[in-house]
Amino acid sequence: MRESSSFFKKQQKLAPYWFVLPFVVTFLVFSAYPYLKSLSYSLYATSGPKDAKFVGLSNYTFLFSDPDFHQAVANTALFALLSVAIQLPLSLGLAMLLSQKWLKGVKVWRLAVFLPNLLGQVAVGVLFSVLLQPKFGLVNIGLSKVLGEAMLDKKWLSDPQNVLPALVLVQAWISIGYNMIYFLAALQNVDQELIEAAMVDGANGWQRFRAVTLPAITPVLMFVLVTMTVGSFQLYELPRLLLGGGGPDNRGLTIIMYLFNNGLNPGNLGYAAAVGWTLALMLAAISAIQLWLSGAAKKDA
Amino acid sequence: MKLLGKIVTYLILSLSVLGALIPVVWLLLASIRPTDQVFSEIFTASHPTLQNYADLWELQSPNYIRALVNSVFLACAGVILQLFFCSLAGYALAKYEFKGKKALMAVQLLTVFIPGAVTLGPGYQLMYQLGLVDTYAGMLIGSAGNVFGIFLFRQAMLGVPDELLNAARIDGCTEFGIYWNIILPIIRPMTGAFCLLTFMGSWNSLLWPSMMLQSPAHHTLPIALSSLVGLYSQKYGMMMAGTVVMIFPVVALFLVLQKEFISGLTSGAVKG
Repeated sequence: MRESSSFFKKQQKLAPYWFVLPFVVTFLVFSAYPYLKSLSYSLYATSGPKDAKFVGLSNYTFLFSDPDFHQAVANTALFALLSVAIQLPLSLGLAMLLSQKWLKGVKVWRLAVFLPNLLGQVAVGVLFSVLLQPKFGLVNIGLSKVLGEAMLDKKWLSDPQNVLPALVLVQAWISIGYNMIYFLAALQNVDQELIEAAMVDGANGWQRFRAVTLPAITPVLMFVLVTMTVGSFQLYELPRLLLGGGGPDNRGLTIIMYLFNNGLNPGNLGYAAAVGWTLALMLAAISAIQLWLSGAAKKDA
Repeated sequence: MKLLGKIVTYLILSLSVLGALIPVVWLLLASIRPTDQVFSEIFTASHPTLQNYADLWELQSPNYIRALVNSVFLACAGVILQLFFCSLAGYALAKYEFKGKKALMAVQLLTVFIPGAVTLGPGYQLMYQLGLVDTYAGMLIGSAGNVFGIFLFRQAMLGVPDELLNAARIDGCTEFGIYWNIILPIIRPMTGAFCLLTFMGSWNSLLWPSMMLQSPAHHTLPIALSSLVGLYSQKYGMMMAGTVVMIFPVVALFLVLQKEFISGLTSGAVKG
């Protein structure tokens, strides 16, 4: 008896090490090692595995002076900003509509709104490259019925002005339902008694939202905001399929696309690594600012 | 006023649902129209045909079905592998104290914000040195250590009461037995959500697979679909059929896992 209980004790002590072992080994080899390697690579100019020359920070200085990179950062940042501005209110608004107690068929509505998310960026890119054609594309046919015949000729994918709006709208079509699911769950946790108390006190809809609902859903709001931003900055598949590359005047060029075209594709892994780490720093800074702002807002309220 | 509010709500929801569904309906119908009639109708298909799907089989070389099989295999095997690796590690992080736990958690937090693109170059080089380029083994093992998955599983497992685990220990259950017989069944919704998310991630990814899987016989659906777009850009019907083939398995899997997906996905975020 004593022996067997000591076996179980010992086992309990050793078990966690066994449990994390598969993950730790694969993580160290296939993630941690490439991470560190790419940090050092970013200081080299490479054109193949055997030809690497130490260049210090000149990958980074070249990057910062390259107008194409500026264009890619501007496109991606604008895409992220517009995506957040459109998707956050729409997905939260839809979730609030779907949380009404008297609403019938919640599950069916939810499923239908969520469906586009399942298609993924590659399939959606192909689909909308057809739907957004001038003259015979479904989007322009629909718009021309509502806004007049002129819309039929609108060039979404070949006019530089329209490329980014097209990307933002197609991405919104994909993601609104997905973000809505998070808000739906968050809204279920809002204290209904507090809402009713506020109603008795004569608070209007906006005041109730501001004072009761918003504070309760702030953690989820921040989660959605940060993941949406991080995701937007890594845009690649959608423009690649929708535009076949950077699009007219490179208005659809994104940071990851730039990394691929200027680093990986010509075999300059050092340059690709420098682009990647610049993106990582940008993301860390933006996420930190977002989280800090939410903390400040909480203290304010 | 109250009635008006209800009518407006239903109206907005109907418009949203139409906006979400119309492109998908158009896609399905376009895929069964003859190539020269893809744009001559909108919400009908008066001469339905499967020729576009047959073209996928005949014109693509190696044919599209091969890419479908490759994608299914890679996604399913990847899900199983990641499920096992991540849930075990998540279990250790949620329910045990051990040396290096803090370091592991810190590394986890750090890497969430580093984009995967950073490691594309060195990752490819490593795969090359290990002789894993253009192999399924390389694709699978490279993605097994999914940091986000561990985070999700740890969150779900924190909610399982310790008394339950101790009771099982007194009954003589091994530590792995506790994981297998008690923890896994309790966190089933989370598991369903994780499976679907991982499946979709593998299913839709293009950049890394297109670097790794070079021989056409190893191509996955996203690679095959994007090369189809390049080669047959005028054959709209065939493009749409290829798109339908690509989205069908995901939609089917979602319908099976729908319940688990919604509750599992949100439990992690709302508590965390």
